[in-house]
Amino acid sequence: MTSKTPKNSVGVSRRTVTAGLGALGVTAGLAPFNIARAAGPLKVGVLLPRSGYQAGIGQDCQRGVDIAAGILKDMGYPELQIINADTETNVDVARSRAEKLIGEGAQLLVGAFDSGQSSAIAQVAEQKGVPFVINIAAAPPITEQGYKFVFRNFPTAPMILRDAFNNQKEIFAAVGTAPKTAVFLHVNDTFGTAMSKAIPGLMPKFDMPYKITETIAYDPAARDLSVELAKAKATGAEAMIVVSRLNDAILLTREMVKQRWSPMAILSMGPGWYEDQYLKTLGKLSDGPLSFVPWYDPNKPLSKKLEEALAKAFPGVNLNTNHVYTFEALLVAADAYKRAGSSDPKALADAIRKTNITNNASPGPGIQFDAKGQNDKLLDSAIQNRGGKLVTVAPKVAANAKPEWPLKPYNQR
Amino acid sequence: MPFDIYLNVAVGGILTGLVYGLMALGLSVIFGVVRVVNFAHGEMMTVAMYIAVTLFSAFHLDPLVMLLPIAAVLGVFGYALQASLINPFITRPEHSQFLLLVAVAIIMVNILLIVFGPDAQNVQVSYAYDSYQIGPLIVDATKAYAAVAALVVAAALFCFFQYTTLGTAIRACADNYHGALVVGLDVKHLYALTFALGAACVGAAGVMLALIVDVTPSIGPAYTLLAFIIVITGGLGSMPGALIGGVLIGLTEAMAGLLFTPSAKSMFSFAILVLVLLFRPQGILGKKVA
Repeated sequence: MTSKTPKNSVGVSRRTVTAGLGALGVTAGLAPFNIARAAGPLKVGVLLPRSGYQAGIGQDCQRGVDIAAGILKDMGYPELQIINADTETNVDVARSRAEKLIGEGAQLLVGAFDSGQSSAIAQVAEQKGVPFVINIAAAPPITEQGYKFVFRNFPTAPMILRDAFNNQKEIFAAVGTAPKTAVFLHVNDTFGTAMSKAIPGLMPKFDMPYKITETIAYDPAARDLSVELAKAKATGAEAMIVVSRLNDAILLTREMVKQRWSPMAILSMGPGWYEDQYLKTLGKLSDGPLSFVPWYDPNKPLSKKLEEALAKAFPGVNLNTNHVYTFEALLVAADAYKRAGSSDPKALADAIRKTNITNNASPGPGIQFDAKGQNDKLLDSAIQNRGGKLVTVAPKVAANAKPEWPLKPYNQR
Repeated sequence: MPFDIYLNVAVGGILTGLVYGLMALGLSVIFGVVRVVNFAHGEMMTVAMYIAVTLFSAFHLDPLVMLLPIAAVLGVFGYALQASLINPFITRPEHSQFLLLVAVAIIMVNILLIVFGPDAQNVQVSYAYDSYQIGPLIVDATKAYAAVAALVVAAALFCFFQYTTLGTAIRACADNYHGALVVGLDVKHLYALTFALGAACVGAAGVMLALIVDVTPSIGPAYTLLAFIIVITGGLGSMPGALIGGVLIGLTEAMAGLLFTPSAKSMFSFAILVLVLLFRPQGILGKKVA
């Protein structure tokens, strides 16, 4: 049987035209994911916990986004078009918002403060082939999965602990005393659990002077931590080590006052105890805790620029981890876009992999990524709350104050 | 562990449980009479917490002083809600009532989020950090005040239902809807009044809870769930049951946190719920339905 489809002189049939149109349709449908555009701003989806129990910190990270445009422009980087999304402090919402952002045309993702939420976004980013630059999240597995599109300019839990133990020993040597026992309280989310798992393996290597007598895990969304604190107090430990968030840090401090317990030191290895909301809510009761955290090098020129921009945009707010690392995630994006000259996801990912930014704010030699997409050269600092301000007390090279030791009892303030 | 730690934790759990009980009392009263399950219960409490926080931050009005006015405001809100939105749904299928109140809850959360933002807010009263030491016992002052206020409000509500004509009329509506209509009671008005009383209860609980915990727009659903656990444990529709259920849950969570692991506290509340449903489905003080 012969075909009845009429053909023209070059052999193009109606069926061929239909198939061609169909192929064009498919191509057009996939266009948002494939079309590389060198001109115009890069569309960056910023995922943060803007509501839910991490809202305070998520909103604080947003300040880093808000001050970024002007500074990046001054540094000669191309414009970024920010598309904001709220993870609602929920892993499932984080995943669906990441999918939605990519669907809306986001060419690169940044976020999401929390390890659990960042893990979920990383899966989506990898699946869709869209670069994801993590601002804050410390759980090691995120960059251990062999992902090609996931990058982290933030230390992992073992890196945080390594620097924390080193800085603690430096402080103990400086004040000439050290606690012999400590109780460890931590949130039972992805970050807290990662830290609690890493501590037993790492502590012996650093020959720490104290022994952890009890570990107490609690829900980060807890509304009342009186039992947890009573349990910690009952151990009679000299120091309290904490891995917490913001609201629980405030709750724990209140309970220490009410239950009349002032340990020799509060050694925090996570967020919460240095946040502006912590300082403002508790006033003089916020003084004293030592936080061993990814911070910023106050001597770097970019840190000073960030301090100025933040003071201008948000008077009275101290520059902190949330602002610095969120800003640096956008810096990585802008730098990669500039070098790639394209918003093609693969070109962007390749450019990020070759990042070498030395004009940055975080401590260490700069921003570079290893084969796993991790910046393994970052260094942490020890900071202390003093009269509503934050001072760096270790390491010596980045310190601008001496540590106050021991913690002034709460009933004497 | 020293004995005094058990004592301190147990007393703290009981005091918190009494406030939980008052919150659940509102839910129990509404269900006991109107037979509507208020899925916006926690959100209504959150509204009361925000009113307390706002009045304190703007005018330094102590939440304990503002307890009755805020409860009254919530009462008026409850009356309006019942009269305008819920009454048309009384005779409709239960899933319609469920959807209506879930929708109301979602709207309330989002309005709070727009108005107050997502940050945690609290009331910094002068006695916020006070505690009383009685021998080895350290009692949190704010929890103690809140628990005493909860007992007073619960007693007042009990007296209203037992000893006033209006209270008797409301109980008549709860006992026999058609009978109440036959004897000429304005059932719709009485339903709205009952909803107002339940809302006032939850308003009072919210004011007291504002002294103990920080408020964010998203805390409502957790308290709605908690109120359900308490009223089912204590007995749906039973007022003393709600208070007993509250104390039981508060005490269980506190002791479970101490004896096992704090992060598993809620698991024990749910375990009690499962046990009650298995062995006494009507709840501790609930009446068995034939």
